[in-house]
Amino acid sequence: MKQERKRKIYLDHNATTPLHPEVKKALIAAMEVFGNPSSLHQFGREARKLVEEARGKVASFINASPEEIIFVGSGSEANNTVINLFSCQGFHSCDIPGLCVQKKEIITTKIEHPCVLESAACLKEKGAEVCYVGVDQYGKINLAELKSSLSEHTGLVSVMTANNEIGTIQDIKKVSNLVHAAGGLLHTDAVQAVGKIPIDVKSLEADYLSFSAHKIYGPKGIGALYIRKGAPFCQFIRGGHQEKGRRAGTENTLGIVGLGKAIEMRKKEMADEFMRLEGFKKRLKEGIQKNISDIRFNGHPTEGLPGTLNVSLSGAEGEAMLLYLDMEGIAVSTGSACASGSLDPSHVLMATGIPQEQAHGSIRMSMGRDTKEKDIDYVIDKLTQVVKRVRKISSVSTEVKHG
Amino acid sequence: MDKQTDWLYTDKVKDHFIHPRNLLMDESKYEADGRGVIGNIKCGDEMVVVIKVDKEKGVITDLKWKTYGCASAIASTSVLSELAIGKTLDQAYKLSSHDIALALDGLPEHKIHCSVLGDKALRAAIDDYYTRQGMTDKVKEEKEHVICQCLGITDAEIESAVLEGARNYYQLQERTKIGTVCGKCKDKSVELLEAYKKKYFKDS
Repeated sequence: MKQERKRKIYLDHNATTPLHPEVKKALIAAMEVFGNPSSLHQFGREARKLVEEARGKVASFINASPEEIIFVGSGSEANNTVINLFSCQGFHSCDIPGLCVQKKEIITTKIEHPCVLESAACLKEKGAEVCYVGVDQYGKINLAELKSSLSEHTGLVSVMTANNEIGTIQDIKKVSNLVHAAGGLLHTDAVQAVGKIPIDVKSLEADYLSFSAHKIYGPKGIGALYIRKGAPFCQFIRGGHQEKGRRAGTENTLGIVGLGKAIEMRKKEMADEFMRLEGFKKRLKEGIQKNISDIRFNGHPTEGLPGTLNVSLSGAEGEAMLLYLDMEGIAVSTGSACASGSLDPSHVLMATGIPQEQAHGSIRMSMGRDTKEKDIDYVIDKLTQVVKRVRKISSVSTEVKHG
Repeated sequence: MDKQTDWLYTDKVKDHFIHPRNLLMDESKYEADGRGVIGNIKCGDEMVVVIKVDKEKGVITDLKWKTYGCASAIASTSVLSELAIGKTLDQAYKLSSHDIALALDGLPEHKIHCSVLGDKALRAAIDDYYTRQGMTDKVKEEKEHVICQCLGITDAEIESAVLEGARNYYQLQERTKIGTVCGKCKDKSVELLEAYKKKYFKDS
């Protein structure tokens, strides 16, 4: 029992991931390279070589060309950059004068990451039309609603490839076909998708695609944005010629090397891991179903990220479960308001139409490359105990059935 | 237990969360003299408080509870049970969310709202006791109307907040935490705020 307590099981890979050992090695080696990639001397050239090598790896992984990739500080920055293309009023000599003036309408969904939702809300205050398309009970975007929202005024549509909370994967190709038919541009936040499921920007027909390194065993503070050749673009961070004038600021060589290596390792490991995590998810789901009553799984039953399982447990509040699980060494996350610092439960779960109390009582378990089969059984066992414990304290009387 | 990195909460909160005191196990077997329920699971917190009273002395001899909520809500109700047992009904009626937070060595800023429910549930239980005893003159809460269903904040509390200086919705929220959960009561509370301002401060 005492030994069991010391177990540490990390089931929060959608929040962030540990560094891949190979990435760590690459980072340590790259620490010696301090030159500014923009410098023409040998120190600079050495750094430039690392940056461009990484760009090549990243580009080929999503079937883009290297010049279509820019490095940014995070997935959030990538998303902000794209949404903000439509914030400029065409006053000054930008690359796409008037784009936002002609096309003032932006469409996104109710389940996007806050960095998309809040950027869009900010544009709304500046006078843009912003429309939020709903999703069904599994978190799939309502394509009919999207179609009817599109018009010749639609400038940009931003739909995430896979959802961080419930793992639901969207049909981005279908979305982009609709958007392009209406003359708009398509951005997809693929932070949870790149490196977990195959992503091909050409087949998705995306105009912009964002992702980051730390969700796929790379370092924090580095992300990438794919900008289709010919797609309108305008700097978000100004004042430098870096990234071909598309993102100012001295390149984060170390982060870029880490992202490149993380992508290289994903290329090797992703397919096997996908199968393994799908198996674990099935086992975890079945175990929970067998042991615990009054539950409901959130997200799409078949079109979801491998290794992401979100479950609502009636009568048990999320933060209480999270903290009891933490004491058992198990790290999960919750859609409960109490854990978020805000007072509203998860906007994603609410968008799928589940009752508020089920959103408060949800936990998300996201597995990854370090998750072991024996962990799953331990988690099922501990979760069963924790739910029993929380339900015993709970004023909501489901616990009767669990004695 | 493993040495863990810093917890969000104090050791007191942690202790009450891990070892809840005076938990109500089987309500059907508990002969309560008074019962109070506050909160709403839709908002993420709900508490049930039951009390036994020494009718001669007017002292709370036992309190049991159940809470649907986060760690600070659970710990708040648990510590409340320790604070209330042995107190006279009058003393217990005066227990505030501030007393609860103090007994827990403090709560994080964004968790204070979780502690404002316990004392209300206790007062509801005491009022219920008075009602059952036919001492309806003692019941205070009945004259009030709950405006914020999530936190159980009444019109009387809005009134006293206005008297204490709240002049706009933001200040009202600062004092009472009203509408900080689902926010649906905003229109009603703003209406009352304006009405009380008019009633007491004609100039403002």
